[in-house]
Amino acid sequence: MQVMVISLQIPADREYPSIQEALQWNHCRAFFYMWASGSAGVFAHTEKMEAKMVMTGARIVIETLLEHGVDTIFGYPGGSVIHIYDELYKKRGELRHYTTCHEQGAVHAADGYARVTGKPGVVIATSGPGATNLVTGIANAYLDSSPVVAITGNVPTHLLGRDSFQEVDISGITMPITKHNYIVKDIRALADTIHEAFSIACSGRPGPVLIDITKDVQTGTTEYEPSGCPTIHLPAQKKPADLDEKELDEAVQLIQAAERPYIYCGGGVVISNASEELLAFAENIDAPIGLSLMGLSAVPYVHPRFLGMVGMHGRYGATKILHESDLLIAVGTRFSDRSVGNKAEFLRNRKILQIDIDPAEIGKNLEVTLGLHGDAKAVLAALNSRMPRQRHAAWSRVVEDMKAHPDNNLEMDPARLTPQSIMDAVCRRMGEHVVATDVGQHQMWTSQYYRFKKPRTFITSGGLGAMGFGMGAAIGACIGSGKKRTVLFTSDGSFHMNMNEMATAVSNGLPLLVVLLNNHALGMVRQWQTLFFDGRYSHTMLDRRTDYVKLAEAFGAQGYRAETNEEFEQCLDAALRVQAPVLIECLIDSDERVLPMIPPGGSINDIILK
Amino acid sequence: MQSNQFIVSLLVSNHAGVLTRISSLFARRSFNIESLTVGVTQDPSLSRMTIVSWGDEYLREQIVKQLHKLVDVKKVQLMDQDRIVVRELMIVKIKLEDGKLAEVMQAVNAYRANVVDLSPSSIAVEITGEPTKLNAFLNFLSKYEIIEMCRTGPTALGRGSYCLENEP
Ligand SMILES: Cc1ncc(C[n+]2csc(CCOP(=O)(O)OP(=O)(O)O)c2C)c(N)n1
Repeated sequence: MQVMVISLQIPADREYPSIQEALQWNHCRAFFYMWASGSAGVFAHTEKMEAKMVMTGARIVIETLLEHGVDTIFGYPGGSVIHIYDELYKKRGELRHYTTCHEQGAVHAADGYARVTGKPGVVIATSGPGATNLVTGIANAYLDSSPVVAITGNVPTHLLGRDSFQEVDISGITMPITKHNYIVKDIRALADTIHEAFSIACSGRPGPVLIDITKDVQTGTTEYEPSGCPTIHLPAQKKPADLDEKELDEAVQLIQAAERPYIYCGGGVVISNASEELLAFAENIDAPIGLSLMGLSAVPYVHPRFLGMVGMHGRYGATKILHESDLLIAVGTRFSDRSVGNKAEFLRNRKILQIDIDPAEIGKNLEVTLGLHGDAKAVLAALNSRMPRQRHAAWSRVVEDMKAHPDNNLEMDPARLTPQSIMDAVCRRMGEHVVATDVGQHQMWTSQYYRFKKPRTFITSGGLGAMGFGMGAAIGACIGSGKKRTVLFTSDGSFHMNMNEMATAVSNGLPLLVVLLNNHALGMVRQWQTLFFDGRYSHTMLDRRTDYVKLAEAFGAQGYRAETNEEFEQCLDAALRVQAPVLIECLIDSDERVLPMIPPGGSINDIILK
Repeated sequence: MQSNQFIVSLLVSNHAGVLTRISSLFARRSFNIESLTVGVTQDPSLSRMTIVSWGDEYLREQIVKQLHKLVDVKKVQLMDQDRIVVRELMIVKIKLEDGKLAEVMQAVNAYRANVVDLSPSSIAVEITGEPTKLNAFLNFLSKYEIIEMCRTGPTALGRGSYCLENEP
């Protein structure tokens, strides 16, 4: 391994591009993270380091994390990671560790943190149950392409494979839900493994990486070379390829030939920070934009180009116009069944240009006319620079008319306390804050009604649809956004799954606003039972007697209850006066439905509007 | 070989768990796997795998792309069947009935197989070749009683300059 100890004096007034130049020269990852996050803390750290020291594995874990610019960790201690926690104790000034109530909360928090900051989220858990408690969160990060680095301890190497106390094969368990994973049994491989894990989690299409470290590796010692400049271990063929000029030209031709182009984006646009390029592109080719659930917040809700969400609970106009387009330009989306519905209808009379950083996504779920492999931001920028400006007057009129179409109207009764009025009231006060959700109707209402202004402000479990995601994710998101007030929309079902994390929010004084839409039901499943099972409400009406106000208070938070719009406004005003966790229970009708809805496998022709 | 069969060759890191990653990928994505062979290469850090699979154009493309995403997969290539040498090894043990040895030996010679074991009541024959040749030999042997047999599954190498390394 090539070692470089670099100390850079960065004058505070120096422009970032010059640092970037230095980065390119050094090919240095840690610097890059810090540069990306706008902090120069790592430079100071690097200067302090000396070459070659004998260290324990546990210490190496902490040192490598610091080298990667990590300053925040979520986790839960235990016997198999006790040595790592001991080292954490020594570095508590540099590394802030948040202890959740359950490892699931910790991994969702790391995920939420990663989504808000764009930096890798780190979670630590002990062997056995600690590790298995991570599984849902890792799967969640995998399906939503979130860079999470999970570190677990395991039993000493000589006890592996003997069903020892708290031994599980967590790398085996997580193999299909991680981008890659490791079990480290040789201390000499430890540092490089951690460096490689960070490279893999953050490069290309991001995703979770798990490192399982046996206890003897943590307690053993080896000579460690603090490089301050971790080598990037990405195998050459895993590095993103350069854009293909020929394909770009073909794409330009395809777009120029289109009369009714439509841009449809997913989470890739958010991950790639491509919002600016996207809006410029839409302007350039004169096309409307529809977003998948994961794509939400990539463009401002009120932007004239934005038609709304596409998919099962997408906006009528967004889906209808998509079905009238002759070219669909898909950016950073995998065409999930929840957004596509009936494939044949989705493809009918339409060419598809798919842009994705993961070549395996191109053509995976839908047959496409042309695929462009590359980072969304780079591809859109390249297209923008090549595209002569397009105008589609007739198409624009169709699009504008659609916005005023009665079926495009999402209004709910303004007199009652409805999901819409709730979203509205919160949004008026906190339009730029980060909003997380759990899973169910409330999640869809958030995606339909919340007027997002800035990218990375909508944190939701898209691919996995994991109830219980919300509390942990909101905690991580709140911490990632510098402890700015963060909203969680949840409901009685989901909240009960991981409400324990209220305690974490209280312990850490996080200004979390939990808005619980209580419909006394597993609303989303109940809605399906209403629509497709003749109202046979099998196990979806929960006779919970939970007093949420008292519950919040019992956790040491504040609790409010609202039954009307006036009450909710008052509760909100009161909630915003405190810099601590607050829960507001909103009583809504059990029969409130998420509409429109395209039944699974259906098309716009099957849309249920009322 | 079935008409929609294809061969994928891979260079993978030679360490524990790689085979699991690959077979679990095939299982979870419902990719077909006909056979898989693996062995170390001249570079001890790398193993070479030959996977025989079958399916349509879509599956071929997805298999290659999904394999390519695995960190341990250094190189993956759909092999052009006209430019490769394919070989498989089979060992068959058949029951030797009185007076049949000469007849069996004739077939063994005709197929350029080798006798690897002979006992008063059985004979074991090893044969290497294209899978079709092995099938034909096996077909011929079916008139005897096959006690047990094993096949390695095909392994393949490009001819001449057609190598896993220097193909784009
Ligand atoms: C962990 C988990 N279990 C089960 C489900 C299936 N499921 C999807 S939505 C839903 C109901 C959610 O109820 P609630 O959290 O009260 O939200 P609501 O739909 O009422 O807004 C269920 C059970 C799921 N998505 N995740």
